[in-house]
Amino acid sequence: MVTAAEVWDALAEIPDPEIPVVSLVELGVVRDVAVENGHVRVDFTPTFLGCPALEVMRDAMAERIRALGAEPEIRVRTDDAWSSDRISAAGREKLRAAGFAPPAPRAEGGPTLVQLQSTVFRCPYCGSTDTRLENLFGPTPCRSLRYCASCRQPFEQFKTL
Amino acid sequence: MSERARLLLPIADDELVLGWRNSEWTGIAPFLEEDVAFSSIAQNEIGHARALYQLVADELGTTADELAFDRSPDEYRCSRLVELRLVPDWARTIARHYLYETADAKRLEELKASDDPEAAGLAEKIDREEAYHRMHAEMWFERLNDEPRFREALEELRPLVDERGEHGPELAELWEEMTVVRRSVAGATW
Repeated sequence: MVTAAEVWDALAEIPDPEIPVVSLVELGVVRDVAVENGHVRVDFTPTFLGCPALEVMRDAMAERIRALGAEPEIRVRTDDAWSSDRISAAGREKLRAAGFAPPAPRAEGGPTLVQLQSTVFRCPYCGSTDTRLENLFGPTPCRSLRYCASCRQPFEQFKTL
Repeated sequence: MSERARLLLPIADDELVLGWRNSEWTGIAPFLEEDVAFSSIAQNEIGHARALYQLVADELGTTADELAFDRSPDEYRCSRLVELRLVPDWARTIARHYLYETADAKRLEELKASDDPEAAGLAEKIDREEAYHRMHAEMWFERLNDEPRFREALEELRPLVDERGEHGPELAELWEEMTVVRRSVAGATW
């Protein structure tokens, strides 16, 4: 009979469909795993509600659980707001190494334009904080675009949510 | 209609219709950054609409798609503001964006305090994403604030924010576009 720990391990092997350097567990979208009589319920919190990767994530989780010989139930929790603070320390480091600046910690009340237009964000390539906001929006809902004036490299900044 | 449907359907309809309207800028915005921004905002709004419809659908025993697309145009509860087809008028587009995000923020604050825990939780989730739309709208508001065309557009569109009675002909036209594929094959599930 499958255990919750085995399910967590299996889910930790699923890469994020859009940023495959991090796993779904590192991304912090798996809130809970409950196992009962061969039935596995996963509580899953979407990152961004319009993210097209959500279905892919859900299907991948269900498939891994079936491969463990259990019946999956993926419960999408929209009442538990995912935050970028839920990305694990290991996940953040992997993002940075892949050229995505990890999200800044979420302050009380969320991010502000003044903060995003300031130079507190570090370039994932050279480490300089001499970076500027190019666009609040980027190629996917979870990313903004910044430019590093020091190494003259545009880069993607994971949004603080 | 249930209390939840009464509360959430106007918001879901606004987000769906505005999402479509915003996506009309994809590929033709004044510059590349705005092409990306309006496309991304549109994607977020459609995602919000889907989650809101889903919450209502769970209660009514239907599906999000049926609520989004199988009602007739006169059953939509969206405001007149979001119906308008504003391409290629950038000043009016930004005026609508600013007016909508300002009104939406107020509405989400109220919904976060709702007795319905699922609706309140979803409002919190949506609000975190909308924060980026608001920052974008504020940025443009500051940039265009001295432009007479923008000021005029604000005055023209402001009364439409809370107008939820009769729809204009533009909603029926949009509905045709939104549902043409769905209606093309009877009984198909997409």
